[in-house]
Amino acid sequence: MPQPPFQAQAAPAAAPEAPDETLQLIAPDGTVTRPDRLPDPETRVRLYRHMRRVRHFDERAWVLYRTGRMGVFPPYGGMEASQVGTAAALTPDDWLFPTYRDTGAALTYGLPLEQTIAYWRTSPHGWAMPQNLKILPFYIPIATQYPQAVGAALAERRLGTRNVAMAYIGDGGSSEGDFHEALNFAGALNAPCVFILQNNGWAISVPTHTQTRARNLARRADGYGLPGVRVDGNDVLATYQVTREAVTRARNGEGPTLIETVTYRVKPHTVADDPSRYRSEADTAGWDAKDPLTRLRTHLLQEGLLTEEEDHAFAREIEAEFEAALRVADSFPEPTPAEIVDHVFAEPTPQLVRQRAQLLAEEQA
Amino acid sequence: MTATASQSTKTMTMVAAINDALALALARDPAVHIFGEDVGVMGGVFRATDGLQARFGVERVFDTPLAEAGIVGMGIGMGLAGLKPVAEIQFAGFLYPALDQILSHLGRYRHRTRSRYHLPMVVRAPYGGGVHTPEQHADSPEAILAHTPGVKVVIPATPHDAKGLLLAAIEDPDPVFFLEAIKLYRSVKEEVPETYYTTPLGKARVVTGGDDVTVIAYGGMVEVAQKAAEAARSHGIGVEVIDLRTLVPLDTETILSSVVKTGRVVVVTEAPRTGGFHSEIAATIAEEAIEHLQAPIVRVTGFDAPYPPFTSIEDVYRPNPVRVAKAIRQVLSY
Repeated sequence: MPQPPFQAQAAPAAAPEAPDETLQLIAPDGTVTRPDRLPDPETRVRLYRHMRRVRHFDERAWVLYRTGRMGVFPPYGGMEASQVGTAAALTPDDWLFPTYRDTGAALTYGLPLEQTIAYWRTSPHGWAMPQNLKILPFYIPIATQYPQAVGAALAERRLGTRNVAMAYIGDGGSSEGDFHEALNFAGALNAPCVFILQNNGWAISVPTHTQTRARNLARRADGYGLPGVRVDGNDVLATYQVTREAVTRARNGEGPTLIETVTYRVKPHTVADDPSRYRSEADTAGWDAKDPLTRLRTHLLQEGLLTEEEDHAFAREIEAEFEAALRVADSFPEPTPAEIVDHVFAEPTPQLVRQRAQLLAEEQA
Repeated sequence: MTATASQSTKTMTMVAAINDALALALARDPAVHIFGEDVGVMGGVFRATDGLQARFGVERVFDTPLAEAGIVGMGIGMGLAGLKPVAEIQFAGFLYPALDQILSHLGRYRHRTRSRYHLPMVVRAPYGGGVHTPEQHADSPEAILAHTPGVKVVIPATPHDAKGLLLAAIEDPDPVFFLEAIKLYRSVKEEVPETYYTTPLGKARVVTGGDDVTVIAYGGMVEVAQKAAEAARSHGIGVEVIDLRTLVPLDTETILSSVVKTGRVVVVTEAPRTGGFHSEIAATIAEEAIEHLQAPIVRVTGFDAPYPPFTSIEDVYRPNPVRVAKAIRQVLSY
C-alpha cells in the first residue's frame, strides 16, 4: 500500500464564497447573471441532457406506480439541478452516497436505468450496485450515510488515491446527530468529502423554518471549520460549478466542503403522500416558475446551443432508452423465498443453513 | 491452528493478549486500521492499544473525535472502501449512540447490496461488571447485538482465546463485535503462544467435563461457573462447564451433545434477565432436546434493572459462584 498524502491535522481551506451569498449563474428567465463562472458550452448541453433524462425517469416512475408496475417512489421532480449538477462533478472512481430522494443523482452518476427501475420495484436485481461504480443503495435511515462517506473518503486517502466521497442529505436530515458528527470527523481528519445538503423546504410535512431556527444551513459548516457554500439549487450551472470546485479541493487534499443547494420539493414526499394536508398550492406555485429544466433550456435556446428540433429528437431518444430499460427490468425474475436468508454472511451460520433448508422444504411442499 | 508445546509462549493477561493480537494483525495486513477514543497516544483506557501508534504510525492507529456513531459509521465507510477497520468503543455501555449505524447498516450491508459490498469490520468494546466501575460502564448489551442479523458476537474468557478469537475476528469478512470482560483484563494470566494463530468462530469450548449438570456461560461468567463447578465436584457432582466463546455463530452442537449427556442445564450471564441471550440458549435446548431434559432449565442472570453503580451491592446483581451452585443444586433436586 503506498504512503498516502494523509495529514490528520491539516488546516482546512478557506471558504471560497461568502457564506451568505446564494450563488446563481443564470436567472429563472434564462439570462446569465454571472458570465465569469459559466461552464463551457459542451458542459451546459451535457447537464441539460442529464436533467431531461432524469426528469423523464421521475415522470415515468409516477405512471408506473399508478399502474402497479413500480413500488413506493420518492419523487425528485423540480430538484434536478440540485442532483444533476452535483453528481455530474464526480467520476465513477469517486463515491456517491445517495438518500432515497436522490435517484436523479444516481442516474447522473451512472446507475443503469434498468437497475434503478428494479431497485424501486424492490427487485433484488436492483440492489446489487454495479461492480464498476462506487455507489451505495439509496439510504432510508436519515443521515447515517454521512459518517460512512467520511470513512470511504479517508480510506481513499489511505489507499493513496485522489478519489473523493460525496454524500447527500436534506434539510431535515441535517438535524440528525450523524450529520454533525460526520462534519466534525471530516474536518478533524481532513477527509476528502463533499457534503451536499439539499434544502428542499420540507421534511415530509415539516417546513424548514419549523425544523430549525437556523436560516442558512451552509453556515453550519462554520462550527466544524469547513467551508460552507450556498447555491441556487435550481440553477444546474451553479450547482455544477461549486461542486466541481469542492471536488477539486478535496482531490487536492484541501479537505471537505458543505454545499447547501436551495431548492424546493415541488412534488409530494412519496407517491403515497398527500401534501395538501400540510401545504397550499400557493406555496409551490412560485417554484414552478423557477423550474431548473425550463431555465437551462431557455438559456441554451437563447445562446444557440440547442435547437427545438434537437430537443425533440433528444426527448424521443430518452423515451426509447427508458422503454428498452423497462423491458429489461420486466425480464428480471422474482426472488424465491430462500433468498430471504442469502447474503447475510460470507459463510452462512449453522442457524442460517437450517433456516434456508426450512424455506426450501416449505417451497417444495 | 492451535499452539503446540514446541512454540514459544509467554505469560499474558487478557489485555496483553489482545494487545499482542492487534500488533500482529497490524504487522500482517496493511489494510488493518485501529481507531477510537484515546486509542492512540494513550493506548486506550485499559491499555489494549498501548504502544501501537508509536509502532505503526498515526495513520494506522488514530484517535477520533468523541462520537460513537461517527466512529462506527466512519468504520463502515472504511470497510466499504477496502480497509479492515478495528474500532474501539470505550465501554460497551457507550455503544448505544452507534446503534443506528449497527442495526441499520453494519449488520445489513452485505444483504442490502446482495454481497456487492461487505464489511470486514471489528468493533471491540469492554463490557460487564465486577470491578466497581462508574455508572453505565458495566453493561452487557450482547443480546442487542446478537439479535441484529448480519453481525457476529464474540466474547472470550481466557487470554489464549482472546488472542486467537480476535485474530479470527479480524480475518473474518463480516462484521464482528468483540466484547471483552473488564473483570478478566488483568485478573487472569496464562501461557499464550507468541506467534500468530486463530481460534475459529462458532466453536464452543468444553472447560471441564462432567456427567451430571451442564453449565453454559461466556466471557466473565466462565470463571464464576468454573468456581461453582469446583465446589460441586468436591461434593461428588460432575459439572460440565461450556464456554460458548461466540454467541453468533452459536455452537448448538456442543451444547446439545452435553445436554443429551447430563439432562440438566444451568445458563449463566450477567446481563438483565428478560430477553437475554441466555433465554435463546434455553429455548434452543427446549426445542431440540426437551426429551433429554430431566429438570427445567435454570437461568442465573442479572436483574431487569440497570446495572447498579453501588459498590456495596454490585456483587448481588452480578452472578457469583454461590448463586450458580444454588442453581446446580436446584436442577439436581428436581
